[in-house]
Amino acid sequence: MNKNAKFEILRTSMAIFIAIGISLVLIILVSDAPLVALRDLFFGPLTSLRRFGNVIELTIPLIITGLAVSLIFSSGQINLSTEGAFFFGGIVAMMVALAIPMPSYIHFFAAMILAGITGAIVVTIPAYLKEKTGSSEIVSSLMLNYILFFLGSYILYYYFKDPEAGINASYLFPDTFRLSVLVPGTKIHTGLFLSLISVFLGYIFLFKTSTGYKIRMVGANKMFSKYTGMKVFKITLLSQIVGGFIAGVGGAIQLAGMYKRFNWVALPGYGWDGIIVSTLAKGNPLYVPFAAFFIAYIRTGAAIMSRGESGVPPELKAITQGVIIILIVAQQFLAKYKNKMIYKESKLEIEKAGGDQ
Amino acid sequence: MGKDILKMEDIYLIYPNGIVANQNVNFSLKKGEIHALLGENGAGKSSLMKVLFGLEQPQEGKIILKGEEVKITSPSVAIEHSLGMVHQHFKLVPSFTVAENIVLGVEPKKRIFMDMDKAKELSLNIAKENDFHIDVEERIENLPVGIKQKVEKLKALYRGAEIFILDEPTAVLTPQETEELFNQLTLLKEKRHTILFISHKLDEIKAICDRCTILRHGKTMGTYETKDITKEEISRLMVGRDVVLEIDKTKAEPKELVLNVKNLRVKNYLSKEVVKNISFGLRAGEILGIAGVEGNGQSEIVEVITGLNKTYGGDIFIKNKDIKKFSIKNIRDLDLAHIPEDRMTYGVASDMDINSNLIPNIVDDEKYSKRGIINKGAIQEITEHMIEDFLVKCNSGAQKVQMLSGGNIQKVVVAREIYNKPKIIIANQPTRGIDVGAAQFIREKLVELRDGGSGILLVSADLNEVFELCDSIIVMHRGEIAAYFDDISKLTENELGKYMLGIEKQKDVGGVAYE
Repeated sequence: MNKNAKFEILRTSMAIFIAIGISLVLIILVSDAPLVALRDLFFGPLTSLRRFGNVIELTIPLIITGLAVSLIFSSGQINLSTEGAFFFGGIVAMMVALAIPMPSYIHFFAAMILAGITGAIVVTIPAYLKEKTGSSEIVSSLMLNYILFFLGSYILYYYFKDPEAGINASYLFPDTFRLSVLVPGTKIHTGLFLSLISVFLGYIFLFKTSTGYKIRMVGANKMFSKYTGMKVFKITLLSQIVGGFIAGVGGAIQLAGMYKRFNWVALPGYGWDGIIVSTLAKGNPLYVPFAAFFIAYIRTGAAIMSRGESGVPPELKAITQGVIIILIVAQQFLAKYKNKMIYKESKLEIEKAGGDQ
Repeated sequence: MGKDILKMEDIYLIYPNGIVANQNVNFSLKKGEIHALLGENGAGKSSLMKVLFGLEQPQEGKIILKGEEVKITSPSVAIEHSLGMVHQHFKLVPSFTVAENIVLGVEPKKRIFMDMDKAKELSLNIAKENDFHIDVEERIENLPVGIKQKVEKLKALYRGAEIFILDEPTAVLTPQETEELFNQLTLLKEKRHTILFISHKLDEIKAICDRCTILRHGKTMGTYETKDITKEEISRLMVGRDVVLEIDKTKAEPKELVLNVKNLRVKNYLSKEVVKNISFGLRAGEILGIAGVEGNGQSEIVEVITGLNKTYGGDIFIKNKDIKKFSIKNIRDLDLAHIPEDRMTYGVASDMDINSNLIPNIVDDEKYSKRGIINKGAIQEITEHMIEDFLVKCNSGAQKVQMLSGGNIQKVVVAREIYNKPKIIIANQPTRGIDVGAAQFIREKLVELRDGGSGILLVSADLNEVFELCDSIIVMHRGEIAAYFDDISKLTENELGKYMLGIEKQKDVGGVAYE
């Protein structure tokens, strides 16, 4: 157990180091001022309050989608509709914000709940289809994301578009809907608390309740769960509902915290990032905030780097990230080293025990 | 007997999960001998053979073949070095014919196409040469286990094998088939082939092997001439203690009927009828065995009784309740436990810790979760008891199940299923592939439960187990009940074998169903 945990930490940090190493090589190759580029990448986010604020602002949605993906994947469903649920949660929140006037707090709260319910319904569709029709949830959830995007765009353009905005965006949100800023000088908003509370609740749900236990069992071995008498389909749906709810809520929080109008003209991508965050966090809600912060930090650093004088294109940050993820999900990465480590330890133990047991 | 043809020196094999399979194993084969590799399950026999056949790479050690050191990096390299392996679970393509299976991978060709006639001819030749009577045009799926094993051997011969490795070949055979196998092996030996015979059945080893090497906990305990060593000595070397091979068991006192199966018919996924109109009853306080060669309908019977398969004809009553519309949970709530045949698929979630694997049946009880929140303390307490009572060897309940040995994994399964002393137990191959100690422990537990008034349905392909545990038995052959014996003590192993093979069949199978 302990040996394994140590190795996992080692492997994750090795993956990160190698990815950074590869990025370094690329930076040195393309940049006119590599030292400036490196400074911006690694320390840029720390150079001003506004920049560090950017990191936290990005961490908030990543925490939420990372948590949503962890819950959805925990029952063994590779359901990728978090992206669509996040986006469409935003659309529903926008509709509530613009169409139904309500007092402060209640307005946001109502929008958030409705966005969550929408997310729950949306994310449950692929799992339901899989059970009833045998279609792969991977394919149907990917397709679902497109459906949701174009349906949302239709609602935006035909009913909520502000012709005077000059861009493809909705009318201005009323103040009753918006979340207040937490740290002056940044855009860090109260959504941070909401995201951390969700993480805590998500952890309790998955690891401290009997339902969470069953969800993890179904994820670990579906046939075994069926054999013990669990209602596998119901339990699977439940994990999708909870994960989907959180994804939908995420859309509402992001809108209310960061935007004056709804102006997503493409899928915002936080759902995809959630998969990365969840993978880094090994599916455990407690690790999600750290993984989200890490990704947000790298992103922000890369953005600062590409804005600076070093001549490094922003695409590089995506390359760095990609390499990290590939190395982390590669089960066999460092397997040889692990075997050697285990071999050495076992042999030591044998020698210590000495002779026959 | 000739010189050493194969030598394995100082083999060390440690698996990625930390299990030490072989330490310092030394072992050699002489040309033209039948050599037994002996040991309990988990002693490292199969691992050593995987090393020899190129399926695992040892961290240390040398393999010396005909005087030269060789590196066997994959099975194809092993085959090049004229090694042949007959796996316990056959590696054959069921929908192909015998001839196609024999030549697979080294097919005779006519330009770019496979030469089917040549394949048949070659297969037939190789069968004739070795005195195997076999129809090379039959499809594998239609053949009984014994013949499939022959095909495996022919495959190895076709590839020019000189050294044969047979991994527990008799585990799946009836006594009659075993005898035939031994004849073939003797024949191969006469032709100066070398045979490595893996087993833990002492009688067989005494019967046909020249020498034997004994493994225990991954180490070699020595190589002996079989004629110079007694069975008792071998068993002491294997387990390091004297195995008590008898269970103290009083005569059963059967009480009320707890399970009643009437005119049961089950079809498999190919809609072939695999259970054909059978009826039987299980009473509290008895162990009813279902004996038979695997694949004669036993597994299907278990699946319908336990609710895993809901499509069947006829009726099943558990405690007088018709279970046709009952879910698995409903059936379990009738106080029925199920020790499944396929332990890694149905028995455990191997990626989860031991504790999690012990509690699925009880997690919803009020004592273990209140308003949906798990009561960690209560669960810790009961799992500790289970681990202690069932002698599960582990560091703690937080250890992952996949780190345990087969015998200990099975103890986890059995602990979960019978800790609460259920009224009805469906035990499907409860001790298959586990070490003698663990098997004995599980068997004793089952007898204990019987004496406590539980009804136990025991499906087993292990004749020793059937004779040791059962009070009465049903013999299955091709989906039908070939025989029923209400007192097993009057039955001999040979007689049972005849019914299992379908050589004999009782005309009027009376006394099975109770009204």
